[in-house]
Amino acid sequence: MPFRSAVITFPGSNCDRDMAVALEQVSGTAPHRVWHGDSELPAGLDFIAVPGGFSYGDYLRSGAMAARSPIMQAVIAAAGRGVPVLGVCNGFQILTEAGLLPGALMRNAGIRFVCKEVALRVENSRSLFTSAYSAGQVIRIPVAHHDGNYFADQATLDRLEGEGRVAFRYAEECNGSARDIAGVLNEAGNVLGMMPHPERAIEAAHGSTDGRALFEAAIKGLVESL
Amino acid sequence: MKVRVHVSLKNGVLDPQGRAIQHAIEGLGFAGVKDVRAGRLFELEVDPGVTDAQLEEMASKLLANMVIENYRIERVAA
Repeated sequence: MPFRSAVITFPGSNCDRDMAVALEQVSGTAPHRVWHGDSELPAGLDFIAVPGGFSYGDYLRSGAMAARSPIMQAVIAAAGRGVPVLGVCNGFQILTEAGLLPGALMRNAGIRFVCKEVALRVENSRSLFTSAYSAGQVIRIPVAHHDGNYFADQATLDRLEGEGRVAFRYAEECNGSARDIAGVLNEAGNVLGMMPHPERAIEAAHGSTDGRALFEAAIKGLVESL
Repeated sequence: MKVRVHVSLKNGVLDPQGRAIQHAIEGLGFAGVKDVRAGRLFELEVDPGVTDAQLEEMASKLLANMVIENYRIERVAA
């Protein structure tokens, strides 16, 4: 059975094409492109990607408007049924605003937009998304964000760490995130939000191919279970 | 009638913007400003029938992100 994925596009998304290219390159099947005003997702999806960008111009708060759009209600329902959801950058902000992931992404501690390749440490290599990495492995993935400063209260941070839900941590100073958290998983492990862009580290011309393993792991894991 | 919803960061949440604003105030030559916290003010024009409970819901579901922010609702006499 072909791998069925979807990339959601909001007004102001700008990483949706990169995400679609990454998914197609790794899975061999082009993802469905879904528009924010749609209220239904294609049937039988194996994977949903919420891409980066500046959805709705970052009005109110980054991700706040997109989280309340019609299509996100369908994404929330699909995530509840166990469909894997990957949110990158603005996608991560949208998933926290939608309540699919805990915490919030605040303005970078240094105020400035951060656009560079960063070293990330893989903290959990047992998740659907990270099983092709080894725990403790340091990978290099680009970041490009203004609001990537992860915040959650101490009890939530302790719980995330205790449950192995910190997927990635910055291995260098980046944006002031609590406990250097760069990516978190939901309780069930089928939703991952991360500020760095794995879809921008897929082929040699990107300067790093370290993001490819994330898609390969997720797609392999899903295809084998189909 | 007019309703004001004041949204501010919770205590304990660092405010990088507030700190930058504080530094800018110092840069203008003003001394004695110990801290700045940046927030938002929303002014809503609502029908008189809109209830406090509905306003609370608007504030907590959308205007404020309750992970990091608090809100205060103020009905303004016309």
